[in-house]
Amino acid sequence: MNFQSNTKANFKVVGTRVPRPDGVDKVTGRALYGADFNVPGMQVGLILRSPHAHATINSIDTSKATALPGVKAVVTSADLGVPEDESLRDVQDNCLARGKVLYDGHAVAAVAAKDMATAKAALKLIKVDYTPLPHVTDVDAAMKLDAPVVQEARADESVPEGCGPNVTHYCEFGHGDLESGFGMADLILERSFTTAATHQGYIEPHACVASYGTDDKADLWCTTQGQYFVRDLCSGILGIEGSQLRVTASEIGGGFGGKTTVFIEPVALALSRKAGRPVKIVMSRVDVFRATGPTVSSSMDVRIGMTKDGRITAAEAKLRYQGGAFPCGTVDMGAQAAFAAYDLKAVRTQGWNALTNRPKEAAYRAPGAPMAIYAVESVVDELCQQLDLDPLDVRILNAADAGTKSSYGPTFDQIGLMATLEAAKEHDHYHAPLGENQGRGLSCGFWFNFGGNTSVSLAINSDGTVSVTEGNPDIGGSRASISMMAAEELGVAYEKVRTIITDTSSLGQNDVTDGSRVTFAVGLATIKAARAAIRVMCGRVAKIWGIDEDAVVWEDGAAKPSGPNAGDFEPMTLADIAAISSETGGPIAGHHEVNAEGAGVSFGVHLADVEVDPETGATKVLRYTVFQDAGKAVHPDYVEGQMQGGAAQGIGWALNEEYIYGDDGRLQNAGFLDYRIPVASDLPNIDTVILEIPNPGHPYGVRGVGETPIVPPLAALSNAVSRAIGVRLHELPMSPPKILKAVMAKG
Amino acid sequence: MVSVKLWGSLRDLADGQETVEVEASNFKELLDALAAKYPALKPQIDRGVSLAVDGLVYRNSWFTEIKPDSEVVLMPYMKGG
Repeated sequence: MNFQSNTKANFKVVGTRVPRPDGVDKVTGRALYGADFNVPGMQVGLILRSPHAHATINSIDTSKATALPGVKAVVTSADLGVPEDESLRDVQDNCLARGKVLYDGHAVAAVAAKDMATAKAALKLIKVDYTPLPHVTDVDAAMKLDAPVVQEARADESVPEGCGPNVTHYCEFGHGDLESGFGMADLILERSFTTAATHQGYIEPHACVASYGTDDKADLWCTTQGQYFVRDLCSGILGIEGSQLRVTASEIGGGFGGKTTVFIEPVALALSRKAGRPVKIVMSRVDVFRATGPTVSSSMDVRIGMTKDGRITAAEAKLRYQGGAFPCGTVDMGAQAAFAAYDLKAVRTQGWNALTNRPKEAAYRAPGAPMAIYAVESVVDELCQQLDLDPLDVRILNAADAGTKSSYGPTFDQIGLMATLEAAKEHDHYHAPLGENQGRGLSCGFWFNFGGNTSVSLAINSDGTVSVTEGNPDIGGSRASISMMAAEELGVAYEKVRTIITDTSSLGQNDVTDGSRVTFAVGLATIKAARAAIRVMCGRVAKIWGIDEDAVVWEDGAAKPSGPNAGDFEPMTLADIAAISSETGGPIAGHHEVNAEGAGVSFGVHLADVEVDPETGATKVLRYTVFQDAGKAVHPDYVEGQMQGGAAQGIGWALNEEYIYGDDGRLQNAGFLDYRIPVASDLPNIDTVILEIPNPGHPYGVRGVGETPIVPPLAALSNAVSRAIGVRLHELPMSPPKILKAVMAKG
Repeated sequence: MVSVKLWGSLRDLADGQETVEVEASNFKELLDALAAKYPALKPQIDRGVSLAVDGLVYRNSWFTEIKPDSEVVLMPYMKGG
């Protein structure tokens, strides 16, 4: 039979809305999150953090803390080595400062004690002698030649001469003759924008339990988006072999990219190694804000030229990102994504990354793209306003499509942008009337998506059920979608399949749950693992029937003769074959390991209606609709959930969320009371329209959907608010005082 | 020979060229050839790059076949959230 088919179109399980497998556990409290894990003899770990934005550490005296009864261990960076690898060294130095503290909240030392009270008392006994240094938290200030130097000599070879000492990276993309393109424009607008750093805002703070044995074998249980990556980082930092560190991921209460690295895990392991006891660390919400990765903040200039009939003739963007106190390449992603939605003859993006005295940036859904596309889509919208053009028609006129040379280089294959734009144009939302002080905004969004290293094992149990073992924490419903794809391929009921996420010692390498990769890559591996199991089952049946393997086909969950010439045999179901597996050769399983490629890019279009209160500057989101290409929506509920969740986070980013630093360089709003994320009462029901343009790189046509939905809301909201108040805004978040100021300035 | 389009900021590391030609039939051969012909590109290649071949983006796939007429674009290493 043909095991290479990439053309499946008729589905029985995929595309349905089956019950979610984690639902009961999560609503009854049975699900075990990071902080729920406990082991006998466990000590409480606490971390001492810097009160300074930037300071030299002259000395750390831990003697009194160590001598306190009940304290089992105190560690500093001196308890760790210095990794040769620069990026690993940065991760380690972010977990425990070495020589300098680089931001308010930077970890300096940690204790393990018998209980929380003792641990808190011990922290107070640690004496750190600091010499405060000048600090910088703003990206534009950080890029100046005379800015305080966050770290010396961290620029890579891409940085041109003449840049300030904090600039670590430069990038440039594009094609065509810009000035010739601008020469053909009837209107050219150049605008500058800023966006604030925002936090991923996951409900569950970071938590872990580390148990390091005297035989140098260690176990770590933690909340993470990637237990294998945690193992790789921690084993590198602790200097132990990967096979001797087993990492088990807990249930995860949100990550959104922020749990794709480590903060407390190497510290807990170091404490456990020193204490000879298991150690548990749970971050407070304040510490999550101060010391785990927010996204970058940005300062951007965008120039776009357009003809009177709406054709974009040339476009350029200059992006300046800060990703905290360590080098980061997020601006690469923003610079590539900025103009991806457009078919442009002349386009150029330039990007710079600068160090600041802020926490080390961590990925956040489509890292780097939302802010760049916000700036671009704002200028496109203003051009449409000034030229009196319909903004959706202009997007359609200029939309990238199959055959378009993308702004970042490659030529697009089949993409779903045009379909999403046309769906938006046909939707009644786009044509609904607006009232006083109301405005409608739209924006396109884009994300690359990728696949990556994936390993799946699928066992056919003797009772005719199926166990799938995979290695990616389920942050968006992947256990359901993986079970569905296994059921679809094997031809059994969804309820017969259970998918579990295993530890690092039980399965081959799996990349982090990021890049919108899991439903695509793990799904692909699951389908191929199922095909491997089917191949075994067909082989067993061929032997039973005494015919060639090629004369057996798999249809509707059963092995059948391929045709009249193969013989006349009653079909054998998966359950029939499983029941006699012991007699026919032993357990039946399939597995597949792959570095999956062919993920296929993703586009979305968002429509937002808002009403702005001219007295207070407060914005109310009245209506919101997301249009997105999902390739094939395996479980539509979860796809819609991703679209709604991304929109909600983007709305928060647009309207309220921001890291606020005082003149002293310290974070002023490290908590959800002062860092305001949207709550249910802030939002309307977010409508969704799923487009299905199959991805040719996946057997079922699946595309990742997790990241694209956070990209368009920033511009969609800004365009809506700007149209509602009659003043163009260039700064996020658009909090009430800023809107009020703009309204009052208009007069 | 395969034509490889570099992203703009790599131009200065490849004798000012935005498109370079190297002998290669797969991803690994292409990276090795680029690093050998333009040593200034090696630090970036060592940090990680992606490769778009006829519109599909690959990360670290050494044996991805590249045909002489393939559209090949070097890209930064993709990361996501």
